[in-house]
Amino acid sequence: MSLDANEVEKIAHLARLQIDQKDVAEYTRNLSNILDLVEQMSAVDTDGVEPMAHPLELAQRLREDVVSEENRRQDYQEHAPAVEDGLFLVPKVIE
Amino acid sequence: MHNKTVAELAAGLDNGEFSSEELTQAYLDRINDLDGDLNSYITVTGEQALVAARVADQVRSAGQAGPLTGIPVAQKDIFCTQGVKTSCGSKMLDNFISPYNATVIEKLNKAGMVMLGKTNMDEFAMGSSNETSFYGAVKNPWDLKAVPGGSSGGSAAAVAARLAPVATGTDTGGSIRQPAALTGITGLKPTYGRVSRYGMIAFASSLDQAGPMARSAEDAALMLNSMAGFDPRDSTCVDKEVPDYTKNLNDSLKGLKIGLPKEFFAEGMDSGVESCIQAALKQYQNLGAELVDISLPNSGLSVPTYYVVAPAEASSNLSRFDGVRFGYRCDDPADLEDLYKRSRGEGFGAEVKRRILIGAYALSAGYYDAYYIKAQQCRRLISDDFNKAYEQVDVIMGPTAPSVAFNIGEKTDDPVNMYLSDIYTIAVNLAGLPGMSIPAGFSDNRPVGLQIIGNYFDEARILNVAHQYQNATEWHQMAPEAYK
Repeated sequence: MSLDANEVEKIAHLARLQIDQKDVAEYTRNLSNILDLVEQMSAVDTDGVEPMAHPLELAQRLREDVVSEENRRQDYQEHAPAVEDGLFLVPKVIE
Repeated sequence: MHNKTVAELAAGLDNGEFSSEELTQAYLDRINDLDGDLNSYITVTGEQALVAARVADQVRSAGQAGPLTGIPVAQKDIFCTQGVKTSCGSKMLDNFISPYNATVIEKLNKAGMVMLGKTNMDEFAMGSSNETSFYGAVKNPWDLKAVPGGSSGGSAAAVAARLAPVATGTDTGGSIRQPAALTGITGLKPTYGRVSRYGMIAFASSLDQAGPMARSAEDAALMLNSMAGFDPRDSTCVDKEVPDYTKNLNDSLKGLKIGLPKEFFAEGMDSGVESCIQAALKQYQNLGAELVDISLPNSGLSVPTYYVVAPAEASSNLSRFDGVRFGYRCDDPADLEDLYKRSRGEGFGAEVKRRILIGAYALSAGYYDAYYIKAQQCRRLISDDFNKAYEQVDVIMGPTAPSVAFNIGEKTDDPVNMYLSDIYTIAVNLAGLPGMSIPAGFSDNRPVGLQIIGNYFDEARILNVAHQYQNATEWHQMAPEAYK
């Protein structure tokens, strides 16, 4: 299975990942090699095999709907890249 | 002091031979003198370590010391540590100071362990050589030309070079066991769900598991006693009693049935590795164990299956790194899409990008069934093989890695060749089983690891099996010449 440069650019867009134009050829080659490896799966008959999403058969646990976390706003403010008057600042990205 | 095991160090602390402060200072001095070449630590937390050591000494004088009180430990930089940089080996998190502790950190702190620092690793744990780290490659203490393995390469090198008595690692496809093998130490990946993943930066959530990296099975057992256990903050952490993992270490191996999968002994393994493994198996026969030929017919599918499942989960997990809330942010974004794309494009390294792209592709419309569902079906086949095997045998053995440590740069241009370094370890993660690597000799003067795979939640047994071998052999006591 080989990808072409257009497909790699399309996947990169889906993943919101900028790839430098000069690197596209190398990504195309490496990703195609990885897909060749993955392709070995197609030799196996998996008809009727139940997909295994997880190693343990677990049911999602539920807990009482009560407050369990303390408010640590001040701690988080200290770690944020930019804050003002208790607010978290992000770059202006919507006109 | 630096050649003592955890149990010996605890005895030394107990009888007043040295204090935790002196012990901690001795390790900090070694790191300062010797880690320049190795690059096994990203961050050394000297001041905090000495404070914690003094607290541990007080706890001991008050007669309240446990088996790990005052023992130094190196933490893999994938575990969030409050107030300390937690980079996950990535430029993306180079500026990230965690506001909270991972459960593993919290538990080991509570046990009185003294964190020396945060160890180097492949970026976001994606790699088998520790060469994908933003902070540079880690060197193998046995030969500075060689890689230490990965992704827990910093923890492995630090323990092998006696720059920490024990360390933590994480294992998604072999990231504890393979570096343990390549650096001649003992590493244990517990059963999926045995140790909490809370605060452990996620790579592939259905595969990731934390475990100890140590110089002996006994030390690994002592660490696991404190690391394992239920945590309501990790919804996949299993609510199951934690046994004392040191209790059965001395059980006899008489009558133990060891399964040898014929697929692990087929072509692909270096002859030097194979002769060490065969010698180890002979040793087990001398200890009273019985060797049983078994087959894991679908194990050949492990690497292809893993390279769909793991990247698919990674592409979802790593979507949180968007340049908005924390981590790296690009300069002067033109709009929201530019902010996302450039922050991620500039913040992630090449291997992480490859895996995000493969994952995004496998999950995209039109390919989901052919890749993701197909991989989950193959995963079931691989897992069923193990279940069948455990009807006949108690543990499964084979090599941890197909070759000894390769040279730095040798595989960096060929990702698929690099992925095959984990050919024997990946199936264990897909099934969710516990696995260990223990030192079993040398080939070309580089260490060889023997892999011991157990049934679900059978950590006590594989630790016993490893300990009995270590009682009868000296491979685990060997130290690299420059770090003795």
